[in-house]
Amino acid sequence: MSARRVYGGIAAAVVFLCAGAWAVAQKADAPAAAASASAPASASTPVAMATGAAAPAASTDPVLEHGRYLARAGDCVSCHTAPGKPAFGGGLPMKTPFGTIVSTNITPDTEAGIGAYTEAEFARALREGVARDGHRLYPAMPYPSFARVNDEDMHALFVFFRNGVQPVAQKPPATDLPWPFSMRGLMIGWNWIYLDKGVYQSDSARSAEWNRGAYLVQGLGHCGDCHTPRSMLGGVKAANDRKGDAFLSGAVIDGWYAQPLRHTDRPTMAQWPAEEIVQYLQTGRTSHTAAFGAMVDVVQNSTQHLSTQDLQAVSAYLKSLGATEGAPAAASPASLVAAAPKHPVALALRNGTVEGNSGAMVYLNNCNACHRSDGTGADKTFPALAGNSVVNAKDPTSLIRLVLAGSAMPATSKAPSPIAMPDFGWRLSDADVASVLSFARSSWGNRGEAVTADQVAKVRDTVKPAKNP
Amino acid sequence: MANIRKPGVDAVLVGFGWTGAIMGMELTAAGLKVLALERGENRDTQPDFAYPRITDELSYGIRGKLFQNLSRETVTIRHTPADVAVPYRQLASFLPGDGVGGAGVHWNGHHWRPLPSDLRIRSTYEERYGRKFIPEGMTIQDFGVSYEELEPHFDQFEKICGTSGKAGNIGGKIQPGGNPFEGARANEFPLPPLASVNSAKLFEKAARELGYHPFPQAAANASRAYTNPHGAQLGPCNFCGFCERYGCYMYSKASPQTTLLPVLMKRPNFELRTRSHVLRVNMSPDGKRATGVTYVDAEGNEVEQPADLVVLCAYQLHNVRLLMLSNIGKRYDPATGEGVVGRNYAYQLNGGASLFFDKEQPMNPFVGAGASGTVIDDFDGDNFDHGPLGFVGGATINSINTGGRPIQQMSLPPGAPAWGAGWKKAVKENYLYMASVGSQGSVMAYRDNYLDLDPTYKDVHGQPLLRMTFDWKDNDLAMTQFIGTKVEQIARAMGPKQLKMNFQKAGAHYDVRYYQSTHNTGGAPMGTDPKTSAVNRFLQVWDVPNVFVMGASAFPQNFGYNPTGMVGALAYWSAKAIREQYLKNPGALA
Repeated sequence: MSARRVYGGIAAAVVFLCAGAWAVAQKADAPAAAASASAPASASTPVAMATGAAAPAASTDPVLEHGRYLARAGDCVSCHTAPGKPAFGGGLPMKTPFGTIVSTNITPDTEAGIGAYTEAEFARALREGVARDGHRLYPAMPYPSFARVNDEDMHALFVFFRNGVQPVAQKPPATDLPWPFSMRGLMIGWNWIYLDKGVYQSDSARSAEWNRGAYLVQGLGHCGDCHTPRSMLGGVKAANDRKGDAFLSGAVIDGWYAQPLRHTDRPTMAQWPAEEIVQYLQTGRTSHTAAFGAMVDVVQNSTQHLSTQDLQAVSAYLKSLGATEGAPAAASPASLVAAAPKHPVALALRNGTVEGNSGAMVYLNNCNACHRSDGTGADKTFPALAGNSVVNAKDPTSLIRLVLAGSAMPATSKAPSPIAMPDFGWRLSDADVASVLSFARSSWGNRGEAVTADQVAKVRDTVKPAKNP
Repeated sequence: MANIRKPGVDAVLVGFGWTGAIMGMELTAAGLKVLALERGENRDTQPDFAYPRITDELSYGIRGKLFQNLSRETVTIRHTPADVAVPYRQLASFLPGDGVGGAGVHWNGHHWRPLPSDLRIRSTYEERYGRKFIPEGMTIQDFGVSYEELEPHFDQFEKICGTSGKAGNIGGKIQPGGNPFEGARANEFPLPPLASVNSAKLFEKAARELGYHPFPQAAANASRAYTNPHGAQLGPCNFCGFCERYGCYMYSKASPQTTLLPVLMKRPNFELRTRSHVLRVNMSPDGKRATGVTYVDAEGNEVEQPADLVVLCAYQLHNVRLLMLSNIGKRYDPATGEGVVGRNYAYQLNGGASLFFDKEQPMNPFVGAGASGTVIDDFDGDNFDHGPLGFVGGATINSINTGGRPIQQMSLPPGAPAWGAGWKKAVKENYLYMASVGSQGSVMAYRDNYLDLDPTYKDVHGQPLLRMTFDWKDNDLAMTQFIGTKVEQIARAMGPKQLKMNFQKAGAHYDVRYYQSTHNTGGAPMGTDPKTSAVNRFLQVWDVPNVFVMGASAFPQNFGYNPTGMVGALAYWSAKAIREQYLKNPGALA
């Protein structure tokens, strides 16, 4: 971490010298916005879009409703809402390599929120990361992605955030990163490198569906902000499919490994049938796997609300990434599940011939009940481990965290049961977790590398301790 | 202890187990603002039933972690009105539940429909055997609702539960492999039967060769992954052997948590308050209307909760007690036979055999599920000729294997030492080779088996405990003796090397000190005559149209089956009447 800060500091200094305009960009205390005319009170009743709570009454304004839909696509509520607090009121702390960033109040309150913003200022904040008073936003706010959002959608979003959200009068604590990252002016230089301006441009060689998917994934969906690895300066290594194979190739963020969303040399979601990708995003589960950890909020608050058509577009786009003709594809998850019951490991577990094989013994004692001796789990209920993209992932961070801390599936309107995997961190040592995961990653046709106790210990440090038994 | 008054709601549900969850779903769907008050804690599969902590026999099986805390509230029990009742201080004969989900969390999942004749038992016996066949003092009654009227609701509840079974009668056509005696059903079960374990296979063969009609026990333990009509999901039962007394970590036991709460808890017009113990239903000065309830909250405050509709969903014992504590309905007096609240208390009379096989026939008792096994209905209800036998009622006979847990389920042959090295040797030699054959029998209603309030003992809130006056009667003992001969016949035909019979003998008294059943029934029976029933056929209190009473308190007597299937169907039936009739025109429905 400290080496990163040194490099970061040097980079910051370089940017500082190049930019030279940082003083201008320093945040000035915003004058009280009361004097400026705020947006006229809307005809429709402002309704809080609470996370997971009652569905707000729909308004009669189709633009506002479209804005509500787009805000779901952007999943603004997940970052801009603190647990137990009113929707969009901000206050959620997010750990980044540069320090903890606290989300802001984006309700229409003129003092604590963005009620004083004009539409142009709103668009500038979303697309360029510049606030009304000129201060720079940190790119934890994914403005480099939201730069793709077109004018019509931006207008609808503004109408929603002005008229469709309940004002919240509390201002959350301000973000206070350690120096030099506290200098927001550094973002000017950072934006030079990482901010591509301009709304999404259709690729005429591709179908309308593909383009819609690209628009959603690159823009409001901002999938790359978690699923694309970042440079040391904190920018994504590739912002879209034209910028390289790093795009959506998987990344560790905030203690989770966000899985690859493209074809790689391992089983990934890109090999699922399109309907399964749609199903995953709509219901948080498929026949063979389920959303967990950081994706629970994404499914619950965002993707479950998108239209089937939009999800099909997202699916078509993701399935096109990294697909190469002729190259040997990784064994598909479905094929591994089909072959699993006859696999020697399945037979050994069923017959109990696991003496001396510690990973298999840990599996029998802890995992077999739900995930079964053939690793096929149960349809839509307990994920299959055979061919599972998480089990096969190059980086086992999420897999380790899941075993230590457990997780529940999202509760969605189409699939309301939050089926949960319990936590095993209290019961299994680092060595136990390492051996059972190494076992799972090399069984039933899986080809993941072994996991070490050291790797487990590192993840355990990032996880809040579970309650004592 | 401040007095608090909460804003009113359309409907308040007292207790949040199966019937509370069903009523919650149905009434919120009708647009009502519904509040459920549960005295116990919130419970859910995660974290409360999570593997492996839940598979702890000492905590859950012996110390009863999920059950009612008897030191705070219990019942007093005596055999006859001439005796003095004393408190039931240890969990034994029956295991009252507690917390969200109630006994729906820790039941075994035997899912039955009553026979059509069960619901009109008095009429059936009078028609078939003559009026004089029913002895004086046996106060059995027809339910006032028919099997045919309830059929869609039996079906509905089975689909909610994902019940695994084999139908025996679809639309009047007898189906091979099912129960040929059952009432006609419209549909097959929603899931196929659970796989059969070794002991059940032996039972099935023996019963069939004796000319009986074995079929798989209908199980609310899902035989495969299932999605119910509400979109809620069940996992496949993996025969872990920790069913009754435990919560299910596989999501495979049907409970309010697995089948209804994922949807109900998200409805904006539904609220749940736990640790809210209802003291009484509040009444208008003229006693004709309930105005709501009063409860004690987690901090000990007395809270008044106004409501337009009060539904008692608090389990048979507590429902009856609440009616008494609220002065609703005329209290039953065994001396005169008059009154309705407290009358017709009944139970379940069981017996069984332990079988011990040799090493060529491993039974593997640890492969258990709550309702895994094979049953015959040949000697249940009025499925056989009672004329020459002279008793009313009958029993199912089964081989059900719920598990082989080390403390409670290790049976040893006669003569085995009860402790020490000899005991260990006997366990080692017999554990894998033990099986059982059981019977679950009906208990009729009698004039002097009843419930009232105890004059001496009180709970922690200072309210009198419920007093249970109950003993076995000759009729039911004669039934169980008869059943015992059939159980022995089948058990011997299964070919064990040793057999241990355990049946009540003539003249036996009810002994609360060992576990028998939590099928307590009656006390607020349903019926068509307000002189002999506390609620009408829609479970609405005769005197007080805005109070409904769910649960097995409605049974005028108990049949041979487990009650939950009937309890769930009655809740759906009552909810339908409330939605389609009562809400449009509040008042007496019958």
